[in-house]
Amino acid sequence: MRKRLIKILRNPIAVSLLAIIIGLGVGMIILAAAGYNPFEAYAAMINGIVGKPKYLAQVLIKSTPLIFTGLSVAFAFKTGLFNIGAEGQYLVGAIAAVIVGSKVDLPPGIHFVAVIGSAIIASGLWGGFVGLLKAKFGIHEVITCIMMNWIALYLNNYLISTPWLKKPGTEASFEALESSWSVILNNWKLSDAGKAYMMDKPILLDTLLKTDLNYGIIIAIAVAIILWFVLRKTTVGFELRAVGNSNTASEYAGINVKKNIILSMAIAGALAGLAGALQITGVMPHRITTLAAFEGAGFDGISVALIAASNPLGVILSGLLFGSLKFGSYAIQSKIGAPSEIINIAIGVIVFFVAISRIFVILADKLEAKEKKGGSGNDD
Amino acid sequence: MMTNISLTVVITLMYAAPLIFGALGGVISEKSGVVNIGIEGMMTIGAFTGATVGYYTANPWLGFLAAGIAGGILALLHAFASITLKADQTISGVALNFIGLGLSLFLCRIFFDGATMSFPVPNKMPKLLSGIPNLESHPIIQMLNLDSTVIIAILAAVIMWFVLYKTKWGLRIRAVGEHPAAADTLGVNVYMTRYVCVVLSGVLAGFGGAARSLAVVSLFSPTVISGHGFIALAAVIFGKWTPFGAVGACMLFGFAQALVVLTGAADIMIPSQILAMLPYILTILVLVLFVGKSVAPKANGIAYEKGKR
Repeated sequence: MRKRLIKILRNPIAVSLLAIIIGLGVGMIILAAAGYNPFEAYAAMINGIVGKPKYLAQVLIKSTPLIFTGLSVAFAFKTGLFNIGAEGQYLVGAIAAVIVGSKVDLPPGIHFVAVIGSAIIASGLWGGFVGLLKAKFGIHEVITCIMMNWIALYLNNYLISTPWLKKPGTEASFEALESSWSVILNNWKLSDAGKAYMMDKPILLDTLLKTDLNYGIIIAIAVAIILWFVLRKTTVGFELRAVGNSNTASEYAGINVKKNIILSMAIAGALAGLAGALQITGVMPHRITTLAAFEGAGFDGISVALIAASNPLGVILSGLLFGSLKFGSYAIQSKIGAPSEIINIAIGVIVFFVAISRIFVILADKLEAKEKKGGSGNDD
Repeated sequence: MMTNISLTVVITLMYAAPLIFGALGGVISEKSGVVNIGIEGMMTIGAFTGATVGYYTANPWLGFLAAGIAGGILALLHAFASITLKADQTISGVALNFIGLGLSLFLCRIFFDGATMSFPVPNKMPKLLSGIPNLESHPIIQMLNLDSTVIIAILAAVIMWFVLYKTKWGLRIRAVGEHPAAADTLGVNVYMTRYVCVVLSGVLAGFGGAARSLAVVSLFSPTVISGHGFIALAAVIFGKWTPFGAVGACMLFGFAQALVVLTGAADIMIPSQILAMLPYILTILVLVLFVGKSVAPKANGIAYEKGKR
């Protein structure tokens, strides 16, 4: 029994799960302290996540950008860089997507590829610039990222203020043309044939017709798997990780540290930009709006990456968890009347326990010391 | 013209004050060797507490004080994680940003009828000359009629500079941030010093939040603090981890926000969004051309373990 406990405390995945349980537990305690029934609240949340097919579809839609910004931050972490600039890179990706989506007219499919491609290039350069300043001038990536976030915010607002991109009578840009959309079966589901086919299939009706279910989530999972493969199994990935582990050792081993810093930030930027672009192609209203403040897609990505311990495959799961909690929290608000922000607190506590996960190891050490004799076990 | 200049100065200082508090918080924490990414969350809880206490007591000074305490309590969590438990300081700071924002909005809904915006406070933080009638018109007087938070922020910077560089406590703090093992050998309590500095950083960040919710605007809402803590963080690095450097950087960013407000009303050839962008571009340029490599305290971000070399 004790041995099993020690093993759990030493397993990073188990520790992440433990942190999630503690975080949600603290959320319940705070709800109870504020006079709400925590069990009712969480039941409402769970029902709000899995209660209807369309809820599940919404969770997938909400999770998509979180997985991408999570991958962006996680990827930079692997190279020892803190990408706090995913927020700005996300905006730049969305801006590029709206420009190419609304100003260029191409056949469906090709248009989507063009939109995504331009977003990757724009946000890749945006992120790569941060890496360049770090590599060439030794400027801390955190400060450049924060500056670039604000520049992106004002760039977004500036472009929407120009007659070239501003849709008259709105505080928003023109919409991306339908040919660039990535909504699943968009034409078919609105056609008479599609509606007739779905008539007696409530699940399809619920998920396709009532939500903007789009290909983004599939792309997100595919990209996560590719990144995992690149980091683990290729020379490029090895070099990136080596730079993250030790600059000097990598340099000694003949790895071009500067090149890898720039490359890492460029890829991180492109990933966050993909989040913004797929939001434009996949979700109503397919446009960018004037922003008074940051919306947090990039900052949320930091938490997603941290909960996943920067493992790309883990990011899929923590992104889905984050998306579920965020979407489910609306149900807490509407059904129980308790503030939906309880979920932000819970997520904060989860990340906090990830930060102090060392206490689990210390606990395991203490338990092991008590155990004294016996085989050491083959925990790795 | 005179009126324009004085107005620009007043508005710049008004916007700079919250950032100065936040940045000073960052300086004191990082000088002692603890990275504090959580300034944003501490400013948010400060802004909420300031507005709430200010609203219910009608006394802005009580609100300001309570904001400092709230920020300090949140910082205590960060200190416990990063000093006692030797957690990753960046992760802990990110967590506190979430907790600070989440807690503020959660409590706001409870205290203010389910809204994420508080009611406006009856009394804002007073201005320097607000007791004296009929002085508003003259531009020079207008320039002198600053928010009290501006005065406190600048005073705090002067005091922090004096303590850090002219007293033995300051020497100890810097020693702990540069070479904790050496400081420990000489009998400085590394853990205690860091605890004090981190909690103080939360108190200052809390003041910074209140300087926004009690002086710049007169209520709490989710946008009252949105990215200001991160700007403060950038100001710490831009100002090379010194109190006056941080103040200078905050003035630049304060000027940036003032420009948006001022050019919003006037019709100028350059769009206001482009103007608003300039200070951030300028910061990057200055870093490239003049400042170069950042010189953080040597032990910044590294947990201290007794007996480990």
